[in-house]
Amino acid sequence: MERGIDAPARPAGPRFWPTAKRCLTPLIVPFALLLAWDLCVRMTGTRLIPLPRDVAIMLYDFTFGGIYDDAFSKSIHIHFWKSVQRVYGGFFAAAAVGIPLGLLIGRIKVVRELFDPTLQILRPVPVTAWLPLSMIFFGLGPNAAIFLVFLGAFFPIVLNTTFGVRSVDHRLFEAASMLGCNGSSLFRQVVLPAATPSIFNGLRLGHGFAWILIVVGEMTGVPEGLGAVIMDGRTLSRTDLVISGMMVIGLAGFLSDRVIVAINNRLLAWSPQHHA
Amino acid sequence: MHDAAFHRSARPTLAIKGLSKRFTIGEQTVEALRDVNLSISKGEFVCLIGASGCGKSTLLRIIAGFETATSGTVEMYGTPITAPGPERGMVFQDFALFPWLTVKENIAFGPKQRGLPQVNLDEIAARYTDMVGLTKFANYYPSQLSGGMKQRVAIARVLANDCEVLLMDEPFGALDALTREKLQQELLEIWERTKVTVIFVTHSVEEAVVLSDRVVVMTAGPGRIEHDARIQLPRPREVSAIDFNQVRREITQRLTSHVGVKSIPAAA
Repeated sequence: MERGIDAPARPAGPRFWPTAKRCLTPLIVPFALLLAWDLCVRMTGTRLIPLPRDVAIMLYDFTFGGIYDDAFSKSIHIHFWKSVQRVYGGFFAAAAVGIPLGLLIGRIKVVRELFDPTLQILRPVPVTAWLPLSMIFFGLGPNAAIFLVFLGAFFPIVLNTTFGVRSVDHRLFEAASMLGCNGSSLFRQVVLPAATPSIFNGLRLGHGFAWILIVVGEMTGVPEGLGAVIMDGRTLSRTDLVISGMMVIGLAGFLSDRVIVAINNRLLAWSPQHHA
Repeated sequence: MHDAAFHRSARPTLAIKGLSKRFTIGEQTVEALRDVNLSISKGEFVCLIGASGCGKSTLLRIIAGFETATSGTVEMYGTPITAPGPERGMVFQDFALFPWLTVKENIAFGPKQRGLPQVNLDEIAARYTDMVGLTKFANYYPSQLSGGMKQRVAIARVLANDCEVLLMDEPFGALDALTREKLQQELLEIWERTKVTVIFVTHSVEEAVVLSDRVVVMTAGPGRIEHDARIQLPRPREVSAIDFNQVRREITQRLTSHVGVKSIPAAA
C-alpha cells in the first residue's frame, strides 16, 4: 500500500501493453521480410526485382492512378472484382456440390462405395493438370477459370464433410433415438449440427485453394482479373506489377478468410475448441 | 414402506426372462450374459453391481433397446422391447449431451420430437431445468458446464421426456467424490418426487447400498446374476452407521467371493 500513489496508473499499464503487443506481434515478420527484401536487392544490385518502395508506388498507381498512367493505372477495382466473382463462383459451386455429396457419402454406404474410390483417384491429380482440358471443355474465358477454382475447392469440402458425418459420436445417435428422434429428423437435428465443425474446416480449406487457383484459372486467356494481371506482368517483364498482384491476392484471401472465420465462430459458439 | 411400493402392482414394469447375449469378436465368441432372469417393479430403485466384464452394462443396453439379445426377452408391461423408446431414458457415463444445444434446448429435445408447440417446450424446459437446479445456466452450452452439471442436464433430459424407467450406466463414475455424493442425494430426491423406476449400474458397493431398494450382484465369465439383495435400511442412509457397514460388507463378500475363485486359475 506504500505504492498507493502508483495505483491509478497500474490498471492502464497491463491493459495497454497486451493490446499493443497483440497488434504489433503479427507485424514483426512482414516488416523483417520487407527489410530483408530491400537489403538483398540493394546488395546484389539486381534489376530483375524491384525495391519494396517501387512496388508500393506501383500499388498506388494500380489503385489511384496518376503516376504511370498506363493500361494498369487505377484498374485494381476491375481486376479485383472479376477475380472475386470467379473465386466465389467456383467456391460456391464447390460448396453447393461438395457439401450434399459429402453428406450422402458419409451417411449412405452405397453412395460411399460408388463415389469414394473415384474421388480418391481424382484427388491427387493437380488442378493445374486440368488446365488444357478445362480450356477444351469451356473455351477461352472465365468459365474455364471458374471450373479450375471449383475443382480446387471441391475436394477439401467434400472430404471434410464426409469425415464430419462419419465421425459423429455414436453415443449421440443412441441419445437421439432414445429421445424419439429418428430418420430424416435425426439427419437434420444430429448429423448436420455435429458435422458443422468439419464442414466449416472444409469450406475454409477450399476457400484458400480457390484463391490459390485463381492465378492458374486466369492463365486461360482472360483479359481481366488479378491472375491475368500477374500473367501480363510476367509477359511484360514488369515484376513490380507481378508482386502487386501477389499482394492484392494475399490480402483479399486473408480478408475473406477472416469473414469465414467470423461466421464459423458465430455458428460454432457452442464449441470453443473449433474457434479459429 | 418400500416393500409396499414393490407389491403395488402385480405385473412387473420390466420382466427379463432367460436373457443371453453372445458377442463375436473376430473368431472368438464372448458370452456376455447367460440366462439372466430379473423382474423389476414400478418405482423400484435397483442397482446392478459387479466387476468389469460381468455384463451389467450390456444388460442395461439391451433394456434400453440399443442392443438385441441372442436369446430370451425383455418385456415392459408385457410388451417385448425391440428398439430404444422415450419410456426408457438412458443416462450415460459420458453424458452424451448435444454440444450444439443449450441446457434448456437439450432438455426440450425429447418433447420437441413429439411435435409439441414452442410454448409447451419452454414450459417443460423451465420446469425440468429448475428441478435439477440449473435455471441460472439454462442458456449455457454443455462445454461451459462442470461434469456434475452436465449429468444433471442428462437426467433432466430423459425425465422431461416422461420416461418411466431411468437407466443409468455408471452415471457418476466420471465425477469427483464430493459431486458424486451431492448428485446421489439429488437423484434420490428426484426419485422420491417422481416415483420413476431406476436401474442403476455401478461398481461401487457403497453407492449401491446408499441408493437402492435392491442390489443385484452380477459375476463375470459368463455374466449372470449371483445374488439379489433387498436393502431394508431406512432412508436417508448414513454411510458411517453400523448397520450400513454390515450390509455393505455382505454385498462386498458376495461380489468378491467369485472374483477370488476366478482369479486363481487365471493367474496360473
